[in-house]
Amino acid sequence: MVLALTATGLVIVALLWDLVLPPAKEAWERHRARRAIVPVDAYDPGRERRAEQRARALLRSCVSDEEWAMYRDLGFIRVWGRLASGPGRGRGGLGGALAGDASAYGAPYAYLVYPHKPVVAYLPQTRRLLSEYCVEFPDETRPYGSARLPDSDDVLAKWMALTGDERRLIETANMHLPGRQIDPRQVRRDLWRLSQWERERLRRAQRAPGSVPAP
Amino acid sequence: MKPGHGEVLLAEGDVAVAEEEERLVEEFRHQLDEGMWAAVPTSPGGGRREAVMVKTFDEVPRDAERVIFFPRAAGGA
Repeated sequence: MVLALTATGLVIVALLWDLVLPPAKEAWERHRARRAIVPVDAYDPGRERRAEQRARALLRSCVSDEEWAMYRDLGFIRVWGRLASGPGRGRGGLGGALAGDASAYGAPYAYLVYPHKPVVAYLPQTRRLLSEYCVEFPDETRPYGSARLPDSDDVLAKWMALTGDERRLIETANMHLPGRQIDPRQVRRDLWRLSQWERERLRRAQRAPGSVPAP
Repeated sequence: MKPGHGEVLLAEGDVAVAEEEERLVEEFRHQLDEGMWAAVPTSPGGGRREAVMVKTFDEVPRDAERVIFFPRAAGGA
């Protein structure tokens, strides 16, 4: 009798073993995973702020006084375009917004460079928006925490790439029609702010003959 | 330029001194191998500023004060 009960018990245990073991192993693995110490690059607002301060100092030392004042006061920089055919793709001339608009070819154009936003190409004379150029500067190695450059470094990188090799940057960027990421009303408002800012700067310069506007 | 760090000094030296120039060339190549772009800020005159993109150390003007390396551009979303 005892032998029969023992045998039955062993059979029951053996059958249950197959049922219980996998979930038990899984639960144990989950427990270990929860307890494991995973190295995480914690967000450090102090480090980000210090990085931004250094980036601002670097930007200021690279761009002109006017461009620095523009960025400080308005939050963006205007960079004049230099390609004879205007911004666009290769021999295509001016971007999608002006495809087929022969009158715009050769017109002076410029870019608005915002931190971590697309570069916006436009015609200063008419304030007509041409296109958005979405570009970023990802750190492939990423050993330093944040994957993003500080705001001012992002602006400086775009500024250097535009003034140093405009064609390469434009050909690298993804081109879109205006309004895809930045509200055209905001851009037009920024252009209006820029014109007011330039007017005020000019007025101040004229008020103090012989002096140069403070950066 | 390093994400999360801003400006980081990589190397400094005088190109007139052979040993220091060698070190600068080495660091220059290392940065480009890492996929960085290199630019030299310049002042062409008239209060204007611009950058010169360089792909080899020989293209760096001898009187350049610094070369700035930044991550290669990529198309964004």
